[in-house]
Amino acid sequence: MNKIWLVIKREYLTRVKKKSFIIMTLLGPLLMAGVIALISYLGMTDSSPQNILVVDEMAPIFDNLENGENYTFSYIDGVSLEDAQDMFKDSDYTSILYIPSNIDKSDRAILYFKSQPSGRTVRSIENKVEKIVEQMKLAKYNIDPNDYAKIRTNFNITSYKYNENGKAEKVMEEKTVVGFFFGILIYMFIFMYGVQVMKGVIEEKTSRIIEVIITSVKPFQLMMGKILGIALVAITQFMLWVILMAAFVSVAQGVIMDNKQEAMMEQVQNMQQMQGMQSGEVKLENAENPFDLTDPDNLLNRIDWPLMIGLFIFYFLGGYLLYAALFATIGAAVDNETDSQQFMLPVTIPLIAAYAISAMMIENPESPAAFWGSIIPLTSPIVMMVRVSMGIESSAYWELGLSMILLVLGFLATTWLAAKIYRVGILMYGKKVNYKELWKWLRYH
Amino acid sequence: MINILETHNVIKDYAGHKALKNISINVPKGSIFGLLGPNGAGKTTLIRIINQITMPDSGQVLLNGEPIAEKHRSLIGYLPEERGLYRKMKVGEQCIYLAQLKGMSRKEAVQKLKYWFEKFEIIGWWDKKVEELSKGMAQKIQFIVTVLHEPELLILDEPFSGFDPINTNLIKEEIMRLNANGTTIIFSTHNMASVEEICQDIALINNAEKILSGKVRDIKNDYKTNEYQVEFFGHMLTFTNALWTGAELLDSIELEKEHYTARVKLKNNSSINDLLTSILPHVEVHGLKEVLPSMNDIFIQAVSDPNINATIN
Repeated sequence: MNKIWLVIKREYLTRVKKKSFIIMTLLGPLLMAGVIALISYLGMTDSSPQNILVVDEMAPIFDNLENGENYTFSYIDGVSLEDAQDMFKDSDYTSILYIPSNIDKSDRAILYFKSQPSGRTVRSIENKVEKIVEQMKLAKYNIDPNDYAKIRTNFNITSYKYNENGKAEKVMEEKTVVGFFFGILIYMFIFMYGVQVMKGVIEEKTSRIIEVIITSVKPFQLMMGKILGIALVAITQFMLWVILMAAFVSVAQGVIMDNKQEAMMEQVQNMQQMQGMQSGEVKLENAENPFDLTDPDNLLNRIDWPLMIGLFIFYFLGGYLLYAALFATIGAAVDNETDSQQFMLPVTIPLIAAYAISAMMIENPESPAAFWGSIIPLTSPIVMMVRVSMGIESSAYWELGLSMILLVLGFLATTWLAAKIYRVGILMYGKKVNYKELWKWLRYH
Repeated sequence: MINILETHNVIKDYAGHKALKNISINVPKGSIFGLLGPNGAGKTTLIRIINQITMPDSGQVLLNGEPIAEKHRSLIGYLPEERGLYRKMKVGEQCIYLAQLKGMSRKEAVQKLKYWFEKFEIIGWWDKKVEELSKGMAQKIQFIVTVLHEPELLILDEPFSGFDPINTNLIKEEIMRLNANGTTIIFSTHNMASVEEICQDIALINNAEKILSGKVRDIKNDYKTNEYQVEFFGHMLTFTNALWTGAELLDSIELEKEHYTARVKLKNNSSINDLLTSILPHVEVHGLKEVLPSMNDIFIQAVSDPNINATIN
């Protein structure tokens, strides 16, 4: 036992002291935040402003479209669609907005473009044209705009799930997203640190220090020491990330969110005004403010954090231990990393399957794949996280229990299996190993 | 004599391939023991069993008269043929780690390491990473790590492969000194010439079987062929004529004019004195010695003779 501690200590300290670990730990949260910010930034903004030529067959009704944030409308009197298209290529216009003469019946205009405008730009143009078409129709059917504003309805369904305690609970797909995030985190950690276990074993094998060490410790002690030591590294990194993220978020909230919140409030007010103009009393009920943490309906407040984090740690450790034993086996079976590919595949497939099932669950949370995926130990660490995040009923607690028990049994089984192969493998050099050979090793005693 | 190590009928099978067939050896306490045999004979497998790296299929290994168990790990020091260190770890830190795994306390390890590092004049390497060291330097460290916990039994598998001549001498001296202080040493090697002068006892293994074991002196006596080397001044012809039917001239070399060495084989219970008596009147004898077979010769003879499978006591 004392020797396992020595091994754990060495595995832990050599890794935690590494520069790459320190850099990864510090940069990880920044990198993640940066990537998310970059993606949302790129997804939101247009690369260049649009100069839109309006071909209006209903002229002059649409001659006064309001320019938007990132686009301007231009007009040429009496231009036809053919003319516009002929000159389009050599002109400064980036798009043609074609408004056909039957727009009040078809409710459809056509946009030709050179470079694709963002969805936001298109929606904004749609809104502007829609408003005018509505006014056209109001005039045509002789309806008072005030009456119309009263009639106009913005209809939504809010669904509540009735649980066994007789309490209604808001059903939220966003919750699945939180579970998916945890699932991905587990997937990432299993991969990153599983591969580290494999590399560690290969290092000991290729440097031949293994022969010296196993005269002092049993192969099983060495393998377990390595796996547990690296698990501690993973937990350390995770904890540091949580702390850094929390610090980062609170600082960012203090600095950026203040401005942003004002901007948001303004925007919400504008939208309400806009809608109020049209619909009178219909308010923008669904516009949740994701930054208002005092709102009990806020996504972040609806998640059962203690449960999620508790389960995250359980499923991460269980999943990691299960896979780390397999990775250790691979490391023991091969002489260098390039040879490890053939054995990596069967270990990677269930992980990728778990990932795919989780992604699918956002759409269809209660499929049989989700059920089996959350029970089978090879996929349950990732899939069960997603299931639990959606809320698990007490009638399904047995599934959670079964999944947890099977995971523990699963990692005991892989560790037992791994220990047998590991023991033989670490002393085999220069041998091309295949599955038949591994099977033979399993039966040595 | 007390044996520090005994193996009794050790058998090891690797899925159809016999690695060891019924190996029994006795290593006397305080001796230098040679475990000899060509590559692939099974020496390393036997050593791994003694080190509790693998288990025998059947048979027993006794250390100080007790079946080997966990507590014996710290009594053995093992320098494997395939040896290495963690490349990214610092020398001092690594030595302390390996010493602790052998059951030493950190304090004790540091103290003893300082002694050895000073002795080998390598104290400056303490904070270097292993990857910065040359192969010879790393081997010194490996040797220190092997003997640091003062094992009663030191097992050295091909200890001199890869060592340069200066280091070989240094290590050889240290081994002899440790042996003089009571450490039993097992040399495992395929290079029989390299150990025959220093080993008192040997076991010869070939093809997973022990074909010979015992005291080197006894084995050599048993395999001696009654050959003598005579150095003399005089005429070769006179020398040849002087030999009688009990002696046969095998070959001769003319060292310079009328100065020869000749190899003579005695037959029919003739003694060395008979030989001397017959040649003394004819040539001027300058030297006479018995030609003992080398371990290599004995090995080849033992392997080629299927009937010989004996223990010589």
